[in-house]
Amino acid sequence: MTDQGLMWLMLALPFAGSLAAAFLPVHARNTAGVLAGAVALGGTLVAILLYARLPAGTALRSEVEWLPSLGLDLLIRLDGLSWVFAFLVLAVGLLVVIYARYYMSAEDPVPRFFSFLLAFMGSMLGLVMSGNLVQLAFFWEMTSLFSFLLIGYWHHNQSARDGARMALIVTAAGGLCLLLGVLLIGKIAGSYDLDIVLASADAIKGSPLYAPALILILIGCFTKSAQFPFHFWLPHAMAAPTPVSAYLHSATMVKAGIFVMIRLWPVLAGTDLWYTIVSTTGLATFLFGAWSAMFQQDLKGLLAYSTISHLGLITLLLGLGTPLAAVAAIFHTLNHATFKASLFMAAGIVDHETGTRDLRRLNGLFRFMPITATLAMVAAAAMAGVPLLNGFLSKEMFLAETLETHRGTIFDQALPVLATLALAFSVLYSVRFIHQSFFGPPPVGLERVPDEAPLWMRLPIEILVLTCIVVGVAPAATMGPFLDGAARSVLQERTPEYSLAVWHGFTQPLLLSLVALGAGTAGYLLLRRHLNRRDSAPLMRRLKGRKLFEATLAAIISVARRLEGLLGTRRLQTQLRLLAAIALLAAWLPFIRDGYSLGSRPGTLVDPGFAMIWIVGAACAVGAAWQAKYHRLAALILMAGAGLACCISFVWLSAPDLAITQLLVETVTTVLLLLGLRWLPRRLKEVWPEGRTPWRVHLRRGADLTIAIVAGAGMALLAFAVLTRTPPDAVSRDLVMRAYPEAGGTNVVNVILVDFRAFDTLGEIGVLAIVALTIFSLLRRFRPAAESVATPEQQRIQNAFDEAHEERRVGDTLKDYMMVPRVVMQWLFPFILVLAFYFFVRGHDMPGGGFAAGITLSIALILQYMALGTRKAEDRLRVRPIRWIGLGLLVACATGAAAMLFGYPFLTSSFQYLELPVLGAVPLASALLFDTGVFLLVVGATALILVALAHQSIRRPLGRSTQPEAVKED
Amino acid sequence: MEIVLALAIGILTGSGVWLILRPRTFQVIVGLSLLSYAVNLFIYAMGRLRVDAPPVVGRGGSADPSQLVDPLPQALVLTAIVISFAMTALLLVVLLASRGLTGTDHVDGKEPD
Repeated sequence: MTDQGLMWLMLALPFAGSLAAAFLPVHARNTAGVLAGAVALGGTLVAILLYARLPAGTALRSEVEWLPSLGLDLLIRLDGLSWVFAFLVLAVGLLVVIYARYYMSAEDPVPRFFSFLLAFMGSMLGLVMSGNLVQLAFFWEMTSLFSFLLIGYWHHNQSARDGARMALIVTAAGGLCLLLGVLLIGKIAGSYDLDIVLASADAIKGSPLYAPALILILIGCFTKSAQFPFHFWLPHAMAAPTPVSAYLHSATMVKAGIFVMIRLWPVLAGTDLWYTIVSTTGLATFLFGAWSAMFQQDLKGLLAYSTISHLGLITLLLGLGTPLAAVAAIFHTLNHATFKASLFMAAGIVDHETGTRDLRRLNGLFRFMPITATLAMVAAAAMAGVPLLNGFLSKEMFLAETLETHRGTIFDQALPVLATLALAFSVLYSVRFIHQSFFGPPPVGLERVPDEAPLWMRLPIEILVLTCIVVGVAPAATMGPFLDGAARSVLQERTPEYSLAVWHGFTQPLLLSLVALGAGTAGYLLLRRHLNRRDSAPLMRRLKGRKLFEATLAAIISVARRLEGLLGTRRLQTQLRLLAAIALLAAWLPFIRDGYSLGSRPGTLVDPGFAMIWIVGAACAVGAAWQAKYHRLAALILMAGAGLACCISFVWLSAPDLAITQLLVETVTTVLLLLGLRWLPRRLKEVWPEGRTPWRVHLRRGADLTIAIVAGAGMALLAFAVLTRTPPDAVSRDLVMRAYPEAGGTNVVNVILVDFRAFDTLGEIGVLAIVALTIFSLLRRFRPAAESVATPEQQRIQNAFDEAHEERRVGDTLKDYMMVPRVVMQWLFPFILVLAFYFFVRGHDMPGGGFAAGITLSIALILQYMALGTRKAEDRLRVRPIRWIGLGLLVACATGAAAMLFGYPFLTSSFQYLELPVLGAVPLASALLFDTGVFLLVVGATALILVALAHQSIRRPLGRSTQPEAVKED
Repeated sequence: MEIVLALAIGILTGSGVWLILRPRTFQVIVGLSLLSYAVNLFIYAMGRLRVDAPPVVGRGGSADPSQLVDPLPQALVLTAIVISFAMTALLLVVLLASRGLTGTDHVDGKEPD
């Protein structure tokens, strides 16, 4: 397999495993464990294979283009640094999986646990292997998400839910900052590609955007890596199952922030701003974490604060900005991962065996579990920095760096002292951790007698502790090449000379180390009783990150509620009022800036006839607005009057197609609204309690009237301003030129609809079909209001009259009234059909077209319904509108697809002339076929809507079948 | 003609906006129809006004776009007419159903307090 293939395999394996584990049965603990173990083992092996193939100095890259125009590609990249981190993720992942299999109880849904864990592993791999900054931010957020799921795994537990939520909010918010930061970096560097970004270090440091980008990225890193003051989520995340803590909170997730700082170290570090922020934050976290860890009574809490402290140490090293410090940071990151993961696992065993993690209750466990105790001791010694263990080496490098004078400030002078102090603290809590739990008299009051953990649970710890010792004894031979590769991939030619040796002679760092060891041990002996009496760390009581976090969250929520109360409404009128006001404001703003002026285009002469039409039209519009409340029929007629004025304007202003369509649609709309009127309630004059309209009603109406007048005036002014300007040369010119030669039609509007922009038309008829079907299904379940169920008053009077006379049958009066119109309408039917056909055929060349023809035909149908009554009309003419709709859609799509058969894009049209005996040359365009589809669909949709509504009046009473008969597809 | 059409668009808009701010469903439907007239005229007017120049080209010969009215806004308006018909129909039926279910024709589905 190629290197690229192996890289993708390594990245894809955990995700595939996660997906598979998610589908396992709930209690398939062994299967899930084996699956997860196999995935982690496979990944580790792939990583080992890849190590041999890593090119020196550069990176392995594999790119999949996604959105090249935006600089977003899926790009994975493996160099020394990312390999070391990837290996850490996979190898520690493997050990954690083994440990977790025995740690997790059979009652828990273990496959879900492994599914989350593997997905987290994949996200972490994606993060360290990202070759694109945006992709890195994406995987970063994925790790936040899966860590949320993992911390909240025991979701029946309140503290697990709270801890998970807190971790998610803090780290995901930090992730957003990181995203903004990398976007800024990408803007400066001109690309999100990591290699390009790393190559433009000078441009980035010199840019005015450097400071905001740096601060945003650092907020991201500090939240993820639990740096003061964002550290508070980490102790609360200890509610997670211990394997999760061992994995996420020692080796991987909290190292993600460190990883990004190392990754971007070449482009971000070395400035005063970086030095100030990062080293101060690191030192503060280092001291604070170590101080707080001393006072913890919970084993995992102690380890959590110790992790915070060590992360602070690494951050401090990175902040110093020298290459040697960066090497030390990488080295300590790896060392910390090994000893901290093993300590977490050991704490998990203690918890598992004794049922408690309270240091005050634990005592003398050495006699029960000597192996675990020994392992924990070695790991804790590594944490304390005892010689011959890996922690000692990186600590020596750290002390050596603090002793270097970097800036010559007071901070620099104090640095070695403060560092030694914090190291003494860590010696103290390490000794306390071991002595308190494993030595002394046997424990009392435990729920069960502790025992040695099973072999497989100890094995991961043994491997990790062995690593600590081997690296501690022979660093250059074991860790040397990996550290060198990682350092070189970050520092390139700036890689310093350093020596990984256990013995450097009696140096200053060694002296400080010994001071810290001695002071820490002495401190423990002096203070042990005092420490056991405290519930929280002194001096830190006021620094309650959690309280601050909760207060902030509560404040955000209450502000959001208040805003919702202020701006939100469930009332349509208020919403529309806001919408109209905002639209007005938005339209007004450009005129404030640029002023209002008219163009110089000579207008067309005002024709008195045209003005007259619009005097009537405007009167109709205002009348409709005025009468719509109490006189619906009048309003409807007035509205149609305004519509007619539009129609005539279209005729006048050279838009015959629009005029035809508008007139036809107007007809159908009017019929439709008339059908609907029947179901609306009677509107009575409002009677106000005091006998006159209250002032708030006047106020509301006044406001609405103002909005309406301003909107109308604004539209008029806007339209006039545009109309007096010469239009720019637009695409239409081209469309006119190409209409006949390329599409074989002389009616340009129709050609645009069925040829140039046929895809839009396809979408449009699709909408029409959906609307018709929606109306149909809505009306099937229609229940009219109680007061509208009875027969209308007019029909009641007519029927009563018929019943009162012997010789008349019910319905005769109606029949008499409709005599003349009925005959006219029946006779009109064939003529309208011919008209529809005529519109259809001429459409491509002259005004008309499938749409107009379709509506014409449906008007013919509805006239029959009106003339004969629904039942009789359906006896004679059975329309099946849904079939028409389906057929129309099919024809239109098939026409489009036919073009693909000939190798052209969808909906490409072709045309040629057909010589017919009598008619001569007839243009035959495939667009005509498409127009047939439009025609069929429009007939079906319009008829379906009208008929469905018409059927409501003749429905049988409730309880029986409510399906409109005519449109029942049988 | 320009001034007449601009005024017409303004009056249609004003009447439409007034109506969509009213509390009864039927008023809103009429208001939306008036608004769509206004919008259709407005879109059409963006191609500027021409008398006696329908966008129908002659056969065979070369077409002169400067002699014809702009066809593109017309095609857009044609689509807009169809969609506004569909919208009116759907809205009508939704309002009828709402009236059947809630017993009122107030836009909020309940009479104001």
